[in-house]
Order: sequence, then C-alpha cells, then structure tokens
Amino acid sequence: MADRKELFDNIKSFFVSNMVTIVFVILGIVGFYYSGLSLPFFVNELSIRITRNSLLVLALIIPVLAGMGLNFAIVLGAMAGQVAIIAVTHWGIIGVRGFMLAMLLSVPLAIVFGYLTGKLLNKTKGKEMITSLILGFFANGIYQLVFLILIGTLIPMDNPVMVLSSGVGLRVSLDLTGGLKYAIDHIWMMSIPWTALTMSTYTMLFVLIRFYINKAGKMTKKVKNTHLYILAVAVIVALGNIYRINMIDENSAFLWALLATISLPILYIAMKLYFDQSEKMTKKSAQKHYYFVAFALPSFLLSLYIMRTASIFNMLRVPIITVLAIAIVCVFTVYIMKTKLGQDLKTVGQDRHIATTAGIHSDKTRLTAIIISTVLASWGQLFFLQNLGTMSTYGSHEQVGMFSIAALLIGGASVSKATIGQALLGVVLFHTLFIVSPLAGRNVFGDAQLGEFFRAFVAYGVIGLSLGMHAWKKQIQSRNSLK
Amino acid sequence: MMEKINRFYKSFGLPRLIIASFLAILSVTAVVVGLPIGDLFSAILVRFGMHGILVLAMVPAIIAGIGLNFGLPLGILCGLLGGLISIELDLKGFAGFFTAIIIAMPLAAIVGWAYGWLLNRVKGSEMMVATYAGFSAVSIMSIGWLILPLKSPEFAWPIGKGIRTTIALVDRYERVLNDFWDFTLFAESDKLRLLVPTGSILFVLFACLLMWMFLRSRVGVAMRAAGDNPKFAEASGINVNKSRIVGTMLSTILGSIGIIVFNQSFSFIQLYQAPMFMGFGAVAAILIGGASVKKASISNVLIGTLLFQGMLVVSLPVANIIMTLESLAEISRIIISNGIILYALTQVSGGE
Repeated sequence: MADRKELFDNIKSFFVSNMVTIVFVILGIVGFYYSGLSLPFFVNELSIRITRNSLLVLALIIPVLAGMGLNFAIVLGAMAGQVAIIAVTHWGIIGVRGFMLAMLLSVPLAIVFGYLTGKLLNKTKGKEMITSLILGFFANGIYQLVFLILIGTLIPMDNPVMVLSSGVGLRVSLDLTGGLKYAIDHIWMMSIPWTALTMSTYTMLFVLIRFYINKAGKMTKKVKNTHLYILAVAVIVALGNIYRINMIDENSAFLWALLATISLPILYIAMKLYFDQSEKMTKKSAQKHYYFVAFALPSFLLSLYIMRTASIFNMLRVPIITVLAIAIVCVFTVYIMKTKLGQDLKTVGQDRHIATTAGIHSDKTRLTAIIISTVLASWGQLFFLQNLGTMSTYGSHEQVGMFSIAALLIGGASVSKATIGQALLGVVLFHTLFIVSPLAGRNVFGDAQLGEFFRAFVAYGVIGLSLGMHAWKKQIQSRNSLK
Repeated sequence: MMEKINRFYKSFGLPRLIIASFLAILSVTAVVVGLPIGDLFSAILVRFGMHGILVLAMVPAIIAGIGLNFGLPLGILCGLLGGLISIELDLKGFAGFFTAIIIAMPLAAIVGWAYGWLLNRVKGSEMMVATYAGFSAVSIMSIGWLILPLKSPEFAWPIGKGIRTTIALVDRYERVLNDFWDFTLFAESDKLRLLVPTGSILFVLFACLLMWMFLRSRVGVAMRAAGDNPKFAEASGINVNKSRIVGTMLSTILGSIGIIVFNQSFSFIQLYQAPMFMGFGAVAAILIGGASVKKASISNVLIGTLLFQGMLVVSLPVANIIMTLESLAEISRIIISNGIILYALTQVSGGE
C-alpha cells in the first residue's frame, strides 16, 4: 500500500510541477485536431519553425542560470544580427560567404550591446527583467533613429534597392532572395525520416559511449576485448555494406544493413551495460539516459518504417547545417556550465552574497552571461532570417524577446531554472500553437482573428503567469524562512 | 550661489533638465521658424486634458508601494467597456460621458481589487507582473471585442463580425469636456490664436484636487506609510496589504476614467491592441515630472504631463521642418519615454 501511495504522490507531483507544459500539450493536440491540417503539412511547418527559432530560445538559458531572469534584451542581439545583414546585403556579398561575414560582423556588435546591457542590469539588480524589457523598447528607438533617419543624412548609403526613394532611411522590408536566403539551410538538406534516424542513432551511440566510459575502468581486459571484437565486426560489416550500396539500388538496402550490423550489437552491449550500470548510477542520471533511449529507439524504428513506405514524409526535408548549429549551441551550453565560468554563473545565480564571499566577481560574471546570450541571439536572428528570406527592417526583432521567452516558459522553464530540453520542447509546443490556433479559431468560432488573439493572449499570459507564480513562490519561501 | 544651483540641479534631476532644455530649444526653434505659437499651445493644453487623468492614475499606485503601474491597461479596458455600454444605451453629450464613467468605475473597482490581490502576492516583481497582466488583459479583451453582444449600429463593420477597431464619437460625447466653457485668446492674431479647452483642464485639476485631499485623509496617510516603509507601517498597526489594494483600485479606477476623458477629446474610441502601450506613456510622463519608482506627487503629474506632451506637440512640426520626416517625432518619443523609465529603474536603491 505504501508503494502505491508513493507512486500516486509521484504522479501527482509530476503533474503539478509540469502543469504549464501539460496544458500546452493538450492545447496543441486539441488545436491540431480542430485545425483540420494534414499531418505531413503540419510536421513540415513545425520542423521549419523549430529549426528557425531554437537558437534564439537557447540564447536565453545562460542568463537564467546566472540568476538574471528572462533576458528580454536578446532583442539587442537580434538587432546586432540585423545590422550585420543590412551591411552584408548592401555590399552585395551573397550565399554562405555573406552569411559567414554577417556572423563575424555581428559578434563585435553583439559584444558591445551585451556589455552595455550587462552594465545596466548590474545597476538594476532585482529588477533585471523589467529593465531588459524596457531596454528592448529603448534600443528599438535608437535602431529606428539610425536606420530611418541617419541613413542618408549622416551615414551616406547609395543603394536605391534598400534605401527609400526619398534617399533617407531604409525600406520597411529587405528581400534576402538571391542573397542570404537559405544560405545555410540549402547547403545540405535531408529528409525528415533520415534526419530522425541519424539523430536517434547518434543519441543511442552517445548513451552507449557514456555507459562504456563509466564502466570501462572496472572491466576486466577480457570483457573489454570481447566488446572491441563485436564492435569491430559491426563496423567492418557496416562499411562493407556502405561499399556495396553503390552497386545495389537504393537506400533501403543500406538501411537494413545498417540496422542489422550496427544497431543489434549496439543494443546488445547497451542493454548489458545498462543493467550492470544502472545500480551504480545516481537515480537521476540513469533516468535521463533512460529517457534518451526511450525517445531515440521508437523514433529510430518509426523513421525506418517510414522510409520503407512511400509516405509523403520522405519528401519533407530538414536543413542539416542549421540542426547541427542548434546541436552545437546545446553542447556549448552544457559544456560551459561545467567549466569554472559555469560554476561561477550557478553560484552567482543562487546567491550573490555567497558568491562574493567565495571570491567570485559577481558583476563580471553576470556581464559575461549577458554577453554570451546577446552573441547567441545575434546568430540566432541570422539563422532565423536566412530561413525566412525577408527581413522586416523595423519589425523582425521586436517580438523576438517575447516569443522566445514564451516558448521557453511553455517548455517548463521558470525565471530561475531552464534547461536545453525545456527550451527545445517549448519551441515545439509554442509553435504548434502558433500554427494551429488561427485555423482552429476559424473552424471552431468562424473567425481566424480570434485564434490569433488567443495566440497573443497565450504568449503574454504564460509569461505573466510564470512570473507571477515565481514571485509568489519566492514570497512564500521567504515567509517560511522567517518562521 | 553655486550651492543653490547645485541644490536646484539635484532636486530637479539630470533627465528633467535635459528634457526641459530640449523642450526649450524646440520652442525657440518653433518661434524662429514661424510656427503658429497659439496653435501649438492650445494643442499642448488639449493633450494635457487628454492625458492628465491617466498620468494621475500613477500616483496612488506609486505611493501605495506598488511602483510604476504598467498594468494601467486593465483600468483602460474597463473605461472602454463603459464607453461602449454608454453608446449602446444610446446616450448623448454629458449624459453619455458621465454614464460611461459611472458604468466604468465599479467595473474598474472590481478589476482593481483582483489586480491588487494579485500584486500583493508578487511583492518585489510587481512591475513585471503588472506589465504582463496588462498585455494579456488587452489580448483577452481583443477576443472580448469580437464576441461581446453589443448591438449598436455604430459598432458594426460593413461586413464581418465583432466591434469596429475605432468608433467615432461624433453625435455622442465627442469633446464634451473640451468644449465646455472653452474660449479663444488673441482671436485676431493668426499666429497667437489660442483655444483653451477649459472643461477638460478643469476636470483634470479637479481630479488632482480630490487626489490631493485623499492623500491627506486618514486612509491616504496610512497608504503612504504602507508604501514608504511596509515593515514599519505593519508594526504601527496599518494593514499594508489592504492599503496596497486601495492604491491599486484607485489607480485602476482613474485609468478607466482617464481613457473616457481621453476618448472624448480624441473623438474616437480605439479598441483591440490600442491600449497595449498606453500605460508606458503615462509612466514616462510622471517620471519626467520628477516622480520616482517610490515617490510621486500631484505636482509631478502636472509638470510631467505638460513637459512630456509639450515635447511631443512641439517636436512634430519642428522635426517636419528640419527633416520633413514625421517619424522623427515618434522616434524621439520612443527614446525619451523609455529612456526616462530606464533612468528611474537605475535610481532604485536596493537589490544589494
């Protein structure tokens, strides 16, 4: 009986602590049902939006960990990115070269903006979020001043395509077609099942290698060698199949070969190691690996199945370089939290006074966090715009802060806690809602606008709710600590 | 002498000095380039009457210790609803105007009470929560405007559902206050002709007087004490949470009245996304008038509204002459209003 009660409590606490996310999962499913969209169309739209927006959301994580709350000032990072795009487009440097140059150019700008933001936020401790929000509006004014007034008056710019016909100020939108549009996305596209297959394979490999490294120290030489043999045989057979694929017809042969030669031995070792290892690992870490596999294995099998069919999903394509960039930023975020800087960030985030007593320069650490966030945001905006293909000169950056923050919060993050998983899940859920709500609004209430307003309400409401909940929790905590 | 200047500078504050001199430069330019001074001045007076109450709404919130009330749209929405219902009842002139206020006030009181309750639960993050409470209220009411069962023909689109984005107040209560006892000075001179919207200015001054009296009443003094030093107030037997709720309710009610006054002067009711950023303008105005996140007075309201609106009024034609760019005035508004809010935020001691 005690076990059952414990289980029940666990389930209850899971639902309570993930309330927001669960509500949005339900909203997304219901909305999708009523939107009447076909699944492939939806998946395509969603995958475009995920690759487009993830970087901007990931840029929010580090300031949260540093205790600075949700950094609404990533708007400034987005502006840095846009300045770079304007420059590159003006110089007529196109494609990957142009994109690389824009990435380079945006870094010093973003560092300067981030530095100034950080300085300001250090002066307004405890009010960082409202400050960064207002700073976004303020910076938007400066941005407009520069590109609407100073271009053509103080800053000479001779470019009839980009400058308004009066010769002063940039046009409202900047078409990137033939320039930076798809500069990165179209380098290398892969179909969705292929991408899922690769990703899940690598996830499982990652888990395996983690276990192996954990375990290797304690193994006898004989066991190690056995594993090595199995792996070697698997790799040789796989390579042989890759070689043969050129001679046999299509993907499918290769896939089955891959499945047979790599995944089975890998699975064997993984299972064996898992059962040996799981007792020794901390519960949390074991759980995490379990989630990884639980997610990767079905998607591995599902994508294999889809590739065997003539499903339309095989036509949908994913920009691999962008996905890689997202992965790199994820790894970077995890990595940096393990360095000295990351530990300092966490300490400062938990308690500035303790950090100062421990000899950490808290202001400087906070400054670094904001600079990193701003630089990531500037790159995020570059990836965003190269996919979108048109830049609304005075509007593309405005909503970046709000939408990214709403996404992060929907994923289950809070003002003081955020993880990569929450960021990515949040992007999926938020953009699901984004895609389905106008259509669901039209189908259910006969008015697409209603859905759009609802969407805006959700974005604002979830931010307000999350801020309110956090402040309330803090109040209760401080009251309890007084008792 | 130097000391006096220094003290004056300290009490006046750097940002106000900048804005006042900016306004002075603008005014001199306006005179030099020969703009009609009378028109400009009457525009400033009209805008003073338009925005005065909305700015005054900041006072009880700041004094009660809530800080800058970015959640002003909550009150504004109640005012808009009152205005619509008054039209729905087919009322005209002063009857329509005051009915709108009478309907809006209890609504705003209820909303303000709930909002105050919310803010008591999020002490320390009031401004952020208030901002997003306002934003989400505006978006949920956008849905409300689409589906509310108001049937007056003035609300309807030629085709489609929902209430129009802007509703003209001609034949309703357009400029009822502005035109009340209005008079013209220097009527003969083209350059100096100055129309004074007496009614709306008196209305603002009357509201300010009431607020001034309230702040000196027993409840008002308790509220000020609760805002100044909550712990001390609690110790001396003041119910801090209740005082804060009173402040929030007053602020919300003033917001609802403020928007009705605004609308009668503007001649239109604007719905949907329009109220979203109205709170920011009011916040900026009172800060320019010399208030801070913790301190505000009636004089801050009067000076701030005049300075801020004066700057907006004068900058537009001046900017047009210099650059023929109307966006310049709008841009300077964005920079100045958000700049002053940022400045005020850096002046809050605490955190450490």
